[in-house]
Amino acid sequence: MSGDLRKGRIVIVGASVAGLRAAETLRDEGFTGSLTVVGEEPYPPYDRPPLSKQVLLGRVAADATGLPMRRDPHAQWRLGVRATGLDPLGKRVLLADGQWLAYDRLLIATGTRARSWPDAEQAALDGVFTLRTCEDARCLAERLAAGPCRVLVIGGGFTGSEIASVCRERGVEVTVTERGAAPLVGALGGTLSKFAASLQRAHGVDLRCGVTVTALRGNGRFTGAEFSDGSRIEADVCVVALGAVRNVEWLADSGLAACAQGIACDAGCRAFDRYGIVTDDVFVAGDVARFPHPLFDYQMLSLEHWGNAVAQAQVAAHNMVSPGPLRRPHRAVPVFWSSQFGCNIKSVGVPTFSDQVVIAQGSLSDRRLVAVYGYRGRITAAVTINMAKWLEHYQGLIETAAPFPPGPGAADACPLVAEFPVPSNVPDPKGLFHGPTVALTGHLPDQRLAVARLAG
Amino acid sequence: MRIVVDLTRCQGYAQCVFLAPEVFELHGEEALRYDPAVPDEQVKRVRQAVAACPVQAIVMGEGVPVDVR
Repeated sequence: MSGDLRKGRIVIVGASVAGLRAAETLRDEGFTGSLTVVGEEPYPPYDRPPLSKQVLLGRVAADATGLPMRRDPHAQWRLGVRATGLDPLGKRVLLADGQWLAYDRLLIATGTRARSWPDAEQAALDGVFTLRTCEDARCLAERLAAGPCRVLVIGGGFTGSEIASVCRERGVEVTVTERGAAPLVGALGGTLSKFAASLQRAHGVDLRCGVTVTALRGNGRFTGAEFSDGSRIEADVCVVALGAVRNVEWLADSGLAACAQGIACDAGCRAFDRYGIVTDDVFVAGDVARFPHPLFDYQMLSLEHWGNAVAQAQVAAHNMVSPGPLRRPHRAVPVFWSSQFGCNIKSVGVPTFSDQVVIAQGSLSDRRLVAVYGYRGRITAAVTINMAKWLEHYQGLIETAAPFPPGPGAADACPLVAEFPVPSNVPDPKGLFHGPTVALTGHLPDQRLAVARLAG
Repeated sequence: MRIVVDLTRCQGYAQCVFLAPEVFELHGEEALRYDPAVPDEQVKRVRQAVAACPVQAIVMGEGVPVDVR
């Protein structure tokens, strides 16, 4: 059996970090069959996190973030061609050029794309951008280098905040609009988002919260925008940073449990079909996956995290070439990072899976702190600002379901800085302008084909 | 050669910044920025940085060859 699994044809749809790491792992695990990686973009796998940082700053060229191979996966790379359909019975993938690609096992790692501005005419104005691909970054970096008078960033999530940070570092005036009460509210909750707001304002960002953009103005060229509070702004560059949309449309007729929240899969990365029946030849990894996590009540998590894409790709690849009892679960604790305004923000666990938060170490005024999140008396997440060395300690507490609020930090033995936890004020994702980068999507796919959920 | 730093793992010890300051730098106290495309004359220094990283967060290797299709 295991001998068979190491042979045959494997197709990976998606040629970003998850696709590349999965391909490498398949070879690490002894897969000797044919391996094909399909990518929509015409570039070999590249790293996206630097795009909103070093590339926009002009320190690194947009086409210079290509990922290193850990080993050559000896794959056939089909780049610049999109997958447009899946025939799970015939076990083949349809490509945009009309070709069918046969597989024995399939890995879906199609990730996400930037959510575009809803009005197509306004979105087409010269000077209106989104930021997801290296091509997006190249165009936007060029505009920022030309010294615009003002940049409007729509959406105060991580991408929007990092873009605003780059603008200020370049000396460019920037306005950020956020529909929620403060930036990063969807990822960090209301309490820590106040810190994010003060950080932006201290760096000269014109931050408008509780405001939406109602129209982009311009005559061929973007000149400004109108806001829901009746005010207007003049700007020559606009970046739409309204979160990401999962690339699942090509699976609409596949019978898989694919919806806006991603493709549902089990703990071993095997895709579910729309009836909740697990497949054994279709696997999912990265931003496009939603999977049950034991640390978070087995709720289905959708993560848009670099580290999750890598970890999940490796588990999926292992399971694709391993017989049942040797398969592994994907249960890595979610971790993400963002650097903005000179702060290194890192998070472990799921801050939105919380009812309370406490500052366990450091202080807001020092811009060095650890915020610990709890849910019903146990620790579920921690966010560090310029205190990344502590992250691992709190990860251990999350993994062992340690009681919340936490005891004093072991090394500095100081008491909790804030004695009393306060509500973490995690908003309902529906009210957010941009999507949070971690979404708890409940036990049910949106078709509501199963209804068993215990109350309480 | 190309590099990628697993910033999930990076804890800002900045050994790489000392060893290859042309390639790695800190933004603020501990946020790492780096040049993913390592110039030839920096490869030796970056190799030292890869070895010295206390959390082994730096991966160096060749990029995926473009010509294949």
